[in-house]
Amino acid sequence: MRVRTSLPAAAIATLVSTLAVAPAQSAEIEFWHAMSNRLNELLDEQVAKFNASQDEHTVVATNKGNYSETLNAGIAAFRAGEQPAILQVFEVGTATMMNAAGAINPVYELMENTGADFDPSIYLEAVTGYYTTTDGEMLSLPYNSSTPVLYINNEALEEAGIDADLPTTWADVDAILTALKDAGHECPMTTAWQSWIHLENFSAYHNVPFATQANGFGGLDTELAFNGEAQIKHIDTMGAWAQDGKFSYSGRRNEGGSRFHSGECALFTESSAGYAGVKANAEFDFSIAALPYYDDVEGAPQNTIIGGASLWVMEGKSEDEYLAVAAFLNFLSTPDIQAQWHQDTGYLPITMEAYELTRREGFYDANPGTDIAIIQMTGKAPTDDSKGLRLGNFDQIRGIIDEELEAVWAGDKSAEEALGSAVERGNELLRRFERAAGN
Amino acid sequence: MAERVVFRSVWLPWLLVAPQLIITAVFFLWPATEAILQSTELPDPFGLSTQFVGWDNFDYLFGDRYYRASFLTTAIFSLSVTALSMSMALLLAVLADSVVRGSGVYRTLLIWPYAVAPAIAGVMWLFMFQPSIGLFPYWLKVLGYEWNHVLNPGEAMSLVVIASAWKQVSYNFLFFLAGMQAIPRSLLEAAAIDGASPWHRFRTIVLPLLSPTTFFLLVINVVYAFFETFGVIHTITAGGPGQSTMIMVYKVYADGFVGQDLGSSAAQSVVLMLIVGVLTVVQFRFIERRVHY
Repeated sequence: MRVRTSLPAAAIATLVSTLAVAPAQSAEIEFWHAMSNRLNELLDEQVAKFNASQDEHTVVATNKGNYSETLNAGIAAFRAGEQPAILQVFEVGTATMMNAAGAINPVYELMENTGADFDPSIYLEAVTGYYTTTDGEMLSLPYNSSTPVLYINNEALEEAGIDADLPTTWADVDAILTALKDAGHECPMTTAWQSWIHLENFSAYHNVPFATQANGFGGLDTELAFNGEAQIKHIDTMGAWAQDGKFSYSGRRNEGGSRFHSGECALFTESSAGYAGVKANAEFDFSIAALPYYDDVEGAPQNTIIGGASLWVMEGKSEDEYLAVAAFLNFLSTPDIQAQWHQDTGYLPITMEAYELTRREGFYDANPGTDIAIIQMTGKAPTDDSKGLRLGNFDQIRGIIDEELEAVWAGDKSAEEALGSAVERGNELLRRFERAAGN
Repeated sequence: MAERVVFRSVWLPWLLVAPQLIITAVFFLWPATEAILQSTELPDPFGLSTQFVGWDNFDYLFGDRYYRASFLTTAIFSLSVTALSMSMALLLAVLADSVVRGSGVYRTLLIWPYAVAPAIAGVMWLFMFQPSIGLFPYWLKVLGYEWNHVLNPGEAMSLVVIASAWKQVSYNFLFFLAGMQAIPRSLLEAAAIDGASPWHRFRTIVLPLLSPTTFFLLVINVVYAFFETFGVIHTITAGGPGQSTMIMVYKVYADGFVGQDLGSSAAQSVVLMLIVGVLTVVQFRFIERRVHY
């Protein structure tokens, strides 16, 4: 009998105590991200600085795993009505987020509705362009953005008796690789992120379309177009290098990093954000060169595009919370925070002012090559083919591209065959996305 | 005279089986129904809108030659894992059964790998076979063989099969050993006195008497290879190179949780559910007949 009476009592007690706690501080917001290790520490520092800089708002940052896992966590949370205020989403998830009109609160609207100070013109167009509408309205705030560059192990070249200037074209690279190979080098070149560097950025840099409809910016009915002449030529060249032992494939992500750090591979195409890792691990003198191009392709070099992630504001939060979000996003855009982030990580600054500040501080003189990424991205005004990519199901399309490229490196398919097949298979995914998003 | 226990109340038996029924309902019936429903829909990732598409998800799947190819990949993978892990386990069990001294140590060591999580097993094998820093590729290179499972489909498949089988050997070993120890010594001794060689004794006495164990392990291993090898594939190859190690359960994950294509992912789950159902029926109808209990 006693048990019977005390159970409901306990339940009521719990309920009452929960209710008493429930109206928590209204301006505490959640920020889910995918930054790990050192980057996570740096992000936590930014958040701590923001929280200490004022006493109205509190940001709580939580790591949710890698990019795919973080996006998944955000989506699952949204379905359960538990979404964070801010979600970090990688660039390939951009189309997915954009087309989820009821799930996101575009940054330009947020700034307008909260009456926050917001001047879109302070941002570097080459960076924000990836995340803006065709009318130039900012949908999400770029957080970590990088672009591919070429890292060179100077000592390996010296040992092979190569005395060359930094290569600017792929023909220059070919000469170096041949010399390295002839000198008995086991791994003249490797790469990270093959699709991002050798197809997506390659296309933008040579001002040829990766997909129709301005690479997807113009509409959901976009079709892949990366089996053009220029792309086939490049993949064909790399396929031949793979057969000759001049290019050694390491894997779909940045597995090549450790091979370059250890001195096994001499040349390495990788994100500018790989700088921190190279600097920390390489026990040899290295140079950074701009991404090479083919000088016989008209318009090359155009500009490269970014990779990385941006911050999306989720729908369904209170006015107070959005005030906090706006304050935090503005805080992240301040020159000091941006310059610090840029110098610590190798990611690009998102405002012109942060770039100027870094230059004034003498960072580029002390660390030669760190400004190459910015110059390469901002050298020319972006065209329809070099603004960025906005394709649905893009993570899977990249998977398909990886599969087809692997067949080229293994010598099983010609470049033309592989790229044709990747376009065909990718288009099916685009149609499926169009169908799911278009109703 | 034995006293028969009879439940007088109507609800007590139901109450007693209720936990099992609830677990089945919550962890099987409910998700399975959801999967069947979702396989006819095309939702957007955020669940903001869903359209009914009928058979379209299945049409789309079976129209994809890479999906059809994954049936074969899965079959090769499952058969290889099952065959390798069971034969290795049987061999080890025979050897361990004949050990006189220190058998406890051998057994403990052989059972050990079972405690290793699939993802960790995957990473461990990946380290050993990593083309540029792994020990095995280094040794193979000395012998004149260039190992690169990142590009070579056959090598990638071998590696995931070995890693998955290795994980399961312990479990099989345990059951085989127990099964062997349950075989009456007198049978084997009688055969030995009659002049039967060890191999003859093994083939005509041990193997038939082990058949219930073998059958049980066959079912368990096939289910293991189908569903629990996800971690190994994820850490070692992620389905590559190309789609050469893309087994069906990994594709469910890749399409659903990486690609956010929940409709197709649900359709694949339904196909997988049917396959396992059919396999189980086949195993019990046709193979079990050959089992002597």
